[in-house]
Amino acid sequence: MSQYRLEVRVKPRPGLLDPQGKAVHHSLNSLGWDGVGDVRVGKAIYIDMDAESPDAALEAVEVMCRKLLANPVTEDFEVSLVGEAEGADS
Amino acid sequence: MTNATSTPVPPREGDPEITAEVVADHGLSPEEYERVQRIMGRDPTFTELGVFSAMWSEHCGYKNSKRLLQLLPTKAPWVIQGPGENAGVIDVGDGYALAFKIESHNHPSAVEPYQGAATGVGGILRDIFTMGARPVAVLDSLRFGDLDTGRVRYLFSGVVSGVGDYGNCVGIPNVGGEVQFDRGYEGNPIVNAMCLGLMKHEELITAAATGAGSPLMAVGARTGRDGIHGATFASEELSEDADESSRPQVQVGDPFTEKLLLEASLELIASGAISGIQDMGAAGITSSASEMAGRGGSGVELEMTDVPVREEGMTPYEILLSESQERMLVVAHPGREDEVRDILEKWELEAAVIGQVTDDGKFRILEHGKVVADIPALPLTEGCPTYEREGKEAEEITALREMDLTEHMIPEGDLTKTFLLLIGSPNVASKQWIYHQYDTTVRTATAVRPGGDSGVIRIRGTNRAVAATTDCNGRFVYLEPRTGTLAAVAEAARNLVCVGALPTAITNNLNFGNPLKAHIYYQLRESVLGMRDACSAFETPVTGGNVSLFNETDGKAIYPTPVIGMVGVIDDVSKITRHAFVNAGDDIVLLGANSGELGGSEYLYVTADLVAGEPPSVDLDGERALQQAVLKMNHEDVLNSAHDCSEGGLAAALAQCALGNGEAPLGIDVAIDEDLRPVVSLFGESQGRILVSVSPENTEQVLALAGHYDVPAQKIGTVTAGDDGFSMNVRGASLSATMPELADAYFGAIPRIMDAPAGSGA
Amino acid sequence: MKVAVITFPGSNCDYDLYKAAQQVGGDATFMWHRERGLAGYDAVLLPGGFSYGDYLRAGAIARMSPIMEDVIAFANTGGPVLGICNGFQILCESGLLPGALMHNKSMRFQSKDVFLRVERADTLFTADYEEGQILRIPIAHGEGNYEADRETLEALESEGRVVFRYVDSNGGTSDGANPNGSWHDIAGITNESGNVLGMMPHPERAMEELLGSTDGIALFTSLVASLQTS
Repeated sequence: MSQYRLEVRVKPRPGLLDPQGKAVHHSLNSLGWDGVGDVRVGKAIYIDMDAESPDAALEAVEVMCRKLLANPVTEDFEVSLVGEAEGADS
Repeated sequence: MTNATSTPVPPREGDPEITAEVVADHGLSPEEYERVQRIMGRDPTFTELGVFSAMWSEHCGYKNSKRLLQLLPTKAPWVIQGPGENAGVIDVGDGYALAFKIESHNHPSAVEPYQGAATGVGGILRDIFTMGARPVAVLDSLRFGDLDTGRVRYLFSGVVSGVGDYGNCVGIPNVGGEVQFDRGYEGNPIVNAMCLGLMKHEELITAAATGAGSPLMAVGARTGRDGIHGATFASEELSEDADESSRPQVQVGDPFTEKLLLEASLELIASGAISGIQDMGAAGITSSASEMAGRGGSGVELEMTDVPVREEGMTPYEILLSESQERMLVVAHPGREDEVRDILEKWELEAAVIGQVTDDGKFRILEHGKVVADIPALPLTEGCPTYEREGKEAEEITALREMDLTEHMIPEGDLTKTFLLLIGSPNVASKQWIYHQYDTTVRTATAVRPGGDSGVIRIRGTNRAVAATTDCNGRFVYLEPRTGTLAAVAEAARNLVCVGALPTAITNNLNFGNPLKAHIYYQLRESVLGMRDACSAFETPVTGGNVSLFNETDGKAIYPTPVIGMVGVIDDVSKITRHAFVNAGDDIVLLGANSGELGGSEYLYVTADLVAGEPPSVDLDGERALQQAVLKMNHEDVLNSAHDCSEGGLAAALAQCALGNGEAPLGIDVAIDEDLRPVVSLFGESQGRILVSVSPENTEQVLALAGHYDVPAQKIGTVTAGDDGFSMNVRGASLSATMPELADAYFGAIPRIMDAPAGSGA
Repeated sequence: MKVAVITFPGSNCDYDLYKAAQQVGGDATFMWHRERGLAGYDAVLLPGGFSYGDYLRAGAIARMSPIMEDVIAFANTGGPVLGICNGFQILCESGLLPGALMHNKSMRFQSKDVFLRVERADTLFTADYEEGQILRIPIAHGEGNYEADRETLEALESEGRVVFRYVDSNGGTSDGANPNGSWHDIAGITNESGNVLGMMPHPERAMEELLGSTDGIALFTSLVASLQTS
């Protein structure tokens, strides 16, 4: 058993309206950045957990995403392994 | 020009071929498809099929309800605009008009509760400001299954957040509403949103498109693929795997854009640069453009490539049926397009000319200049078939209604425990958990906030106010649709007179199951007839509303739930009355009588898990007399408080009056001697009853006024200090509790369920 | 007293604030966020609402509006600036006030009346109150949880810059009386020179008996009075 750190990136599903992204895009334009194409605003969630292996950790967090961390109707998610967590206080 | 037949249109490259299956997928029966062919004089193109399927969906076409709705009373001298427009409008005095309407967003809320509820609020706001009225209040009427599963708590929490976040962000106060939890709504939550808007008479604008050559402009958000076929989606029953297969169809709301759109729209209307404006709701551009054409007796021609889009490669079909939110369709006066653009630009919104009004009576769609749809406008909007179906009551319901409830009337003696259980039941308990998430005071006009009988908005610059309430006990309607609907209208009227408002008009949201089934159609028909009778008796015409059918999951329908959104006028804000007791020492007078009915009560549900028996009867003449009596008493300034009896019966109503908002509860000492079983006396939900508290020197006058209107009235007790507790005695039973005990049961019920730490409970 | 009520896209309490200023005899004007120049104004009011939908962070986008440059300059020359709710959030984002308003501890929007204790009755916004007076004022916010680092909080307290605190009806602080988890039950603070006040509750909604409370009136009369003597 080791402790792993995983990063979950939750994003609005493509095709759905992202009001936050739209507002931020518009403001960046107002502040003078003309070349901005598209802005989507999501969130990053960091999870430290015990698991038998990196694969087991990834699998567990994917289930967490489907059940809680992401709304399957409006959001997509990606899970990646950041590394082995160093210890309780890292 | 009417009676236009369509011209041939070549099929569009890449469009699917139209087969019987494709027709069926679009929700059209073979007969309806034949009607389309007759109207067109040929087979429709794929784009044209999409247009018909949206316009002739249940949601837009009212196929199964129109004939019944035509039975409802819609006229009165104070009705400025009846059914048929985006909202109904009534005169409220001093040159002001009130626009109001209720609408549903049930199916989207079952799939994604937060966005479904949010976009429901967005839609109803647009229906109001598209008339030229500034929205001043919203109310929400909700139904869920029992709160004892994680799924229902998720739906409830999501819907409340969605309603709150959207309304709060746009800055419209929520002034009332209701929620009922019953397993009858397990698979299908009901989310109805009502909005009120105020304007001066001359600010009213309607949505007809007239003036050939007038430019049509799309303003507001860009068009994406949101909710394509949402209108037909709402017309189908949900299946078990609703989450997965329904993935593409949920619209996401943007209340910030809505706020900008609201301000821009009102400015546009005031500028005189436009002749018509319509929001794009169900079936988007299609319904708004074709309805404007239909109303105006003219035609429209739109160029799809001019519509501002959010996604790449959108086809005309997709653009026409998209239900992207926060968009309006505007008819500008020729030559004033730039004025329109300037106003929209100030509010940082887009505006684009996408077509023009014509005089050839056609709904014509172009893509890069080539015609992809050419439909006669009037048959499209007016030619939707309407049906009258077989109606027959289900045998199970007859049996339920005739069930003998005697065994449930046995309890007697100290009924305190049962009472506390009832007060702590989510249907009776305080709904503060909900409305503390809603901004109730923004715009500094809320004279009565949620928690009382009706919400009240004062009209600045006058001495007047408008009041509103939403009501319907689905259990009653389930047990007997006509009686249950009479009760819904009666309860709404009582709720209005309790704040001192004269019941004036209604909007209604019919939430029912699949009308193709005889026992459902029976419910629909009987309910509309009940509504007709009550609205006639109370002189509260119907100015519009919404129909939401097919609320079923796996063949099981919700209780028939005709939500009544009633509005009333208060002539003098100093006469506004509230529900809470005010002074220890006041007399408590009960107006109306207990007819001894336990059917359909919360008591039965909580103690026996039963919805059965005859629903309480409604005496229309008696209700009317009660309304008039209370208004007269209010006018004479002899009432300190007024509250009607509903769920939980008399004991619950007294508890609500005593507790108030929880800050400074008072007690009661009440004794009633009537020839009824104790639980019927305490918890029966007989109609036609209002509790008032009166300074002792005025009691005689109150009793005399009641007598003058032939309303039964008796002093049943007195208001006491909070420390003296809550005490009720009836023949054969008593209950007594301290106010802290009562407050904990009443105010703590829903928070205990909803704010429980994760992992506890299901 | 000429008062500018700054309106951002999404501000929705601007009208209420305008009416409140007028009620006490102020000459109030709406100023759109794209307009420039505050010359001739005696006070600047930043209203509540959801400027830019509260997207990204509440007040973060509004803070970048053209008019804010003028508001900051106005404040730096000692001009009185009052920020209510979203206005308070914008003042923090712009650095005119320290700290930040985070999500309510309950993670829910809170809309109800609260009790506030007036901690300082000698500011230009509170002169018409008594020190220790208990006020009944509505709140309506999802992000009203005031947080700042320890040094800032110590400075605020020691310099007497906490102007309003959440209390119960008897005037005592407690968890139950604090609607959003704000550190030190802080409901409103001023800057070092005392000319900028930010507060989460809505005094402009407590101006009429009919609507539930008149405890907000004194804030606006104090402001008017201070300008007449200056």
